[in-house]
Amino acid sequence: MRRAVLAAAVLLPAVLTSGCGGADDGTVLRVLAASSLAGPFEQIAEEFERTHEGVDVQLSTGGSTDLVAQVQEGAPADVLATADTTTMEVAVADGLTDGEPRTFATNVLQLAVPPGNPAGVTGLADLADPARDVALVVCAPEVPCGAAAQRVAGAEGVTLAPVSEERSVGDVLGKVVSGEADAGLVYVTDVRAAGDAVEGIELPEAADVVNDYPVAALADADEPDLAQELVDLVLGDLGRQVLRDAGFGAP
Amino acid sequence: MTPGVPRWLLAPAALGAAFVLLPLVAIVARVPWSDLGALVTSEASRDALLLSLRTSATSTVLCVLLGVPMAAVLARTSFPGQGVVRSLVLLPLVLPPVVGGLALLYTFGRRGLLGETLDVLGVQVAFSTAAVVMAQTFVALPFLVVSLEGALRTAGERYELVAATLGARPTTVLRRVTLPLVLPGLLSGAVLAFARALGEFGATVTFAGSLQGVTRTLPTEIYLLRETDVDGAVALSLVLVVVAVLVIGLATRRRAPLRGPS
Repeated sequence: MRRAVLAAAVLLPAVLTSGCGGADDGTVLRVLAASSLAGPFEQIAEEFERTHEGVDVQLSTGGSTDLVAQVQEGAPADVLATADTTTMEVAVADGLTDGEPRTFATNVLQLAVPPGNPAGVTGLADLADPARDVALVVCAPEVPCGAAAQRVAGAEGVTLAPVSEERSVGDVLGKVVSGEADAGLVYVTDVRAAGDAVEGIELPEAADVVNDYPVAALADADEPDLAQELVDLVLGDLGRQVLRDAGFGAP
Repeated sequence: MTPGVPRWLLAPAALGAAFVLLPLVAIVARVPWSDLGALVTSEASRDALLLSLRTSATSTVLCVLLGVPMAAVLARTSFPGQGVVRSLVLLPLVLPPVVGGLALLYTFGRRGLLGETLDVLGVQVAFSTAAVVMAQTFVALPFLVVSLEGALRTAGERYELVAATLGARPTTVLRRVTLPLVLPGLLSGAVLAFARALGEFGATVTFAGSLQGVTRTLPTEIYLLRETDVDGAVALSLVLVVVAVLVIGLATRRRAPLRGPS
């Protein structure tokens, strides 16, 4: 009996770790990108794999803060692309990036409403009108899209009274798609990516509140040269085209 | 004198305990003790803690009101398809909480199954504290049902049969014999339900939203705070852990030793 336990104790770590390593010896390039970049970055990754034989681009998307926290805690990564400069500056300050990050795209806020616009929302003024009682959902001020929402409202001198302050654009969009909310403030690219599930209402006021998306190769990259090449691809013509198709603005 | 356990059991048991306790130690080690007071007494933190305690207590009461009859029916009756029914009502145990939140949304949301009916009745569940309680009750209810059904089955039906032959009616048997007999099981089930409600997060965020003082419970506040203030999030996590440990500790200390039929 004791021998069986001993065998289990020896084998267990082997079993637990065998799933992680990856069997083939091909080169892996690990890219961390903000959630809003998922679509275009998948295309960019495919193009990179097509032109670099034997290279496997592993794309991992998430909230920018989460991504930076992962890099801070030592997660293996070669390239980092965030949805705002504030989060990227944290990575720069910690010496995690290789060189200065470069802005490759911009994004602005738009109003998302359920199909058919049941509450008849036309613009920012409707949202702040207490008589209209529009159920508005925004991002919390702690996250980039919420900070942008506050700047847009502040520039117009209106006070928003949201029924919920979510942690991510995805959560805001979910509330609009399900029809729980009458309107949500999200990025124009999110409205585009949601397709028919929501309608977008342009906000002239939002044009001045622009979110910059920076990208950088990481200091601890396993593949520093490939990382730089991927950054160049994002900043190049193909990257710009793919990003424009997704609704992003040029820097 | 208890028979004890074979000695070889101790090593894996210790390994399991270390697996659970080490992460707790790690988070306690990260707590910014010098700023702890300021971090946990901020208005947002206090609102979140009070809301969590209030909603979790309400959810636990609802769990008891709904769960005791469910457990009694599952343990003391037999009907065709009982196994399937049991699996289905226990589903929230294995369902990812976010999916639970979506399911609630599709039921009680504005466009949900009951949405229009509720609307006619003038009930607005969306983005309200009631939605938080519903999400918590949904995920916590199976914990109470499972522990109570187990307790009921362990206790057996002997005393109930005796009471019935002595002329007690079913309600009297339930009140005077069954419930007192399984009170410890009911109590631990309620504690589990409370703890689960306190930690509820996924279904709440999906179904109820997040607004300070209305729907932003402690776990939701921690999730949001981590975005800008990791120290604050860690400090609040400690509060959550302390509250949970206190509740579990108090409840188990008071528990009377179980005297089953012997």
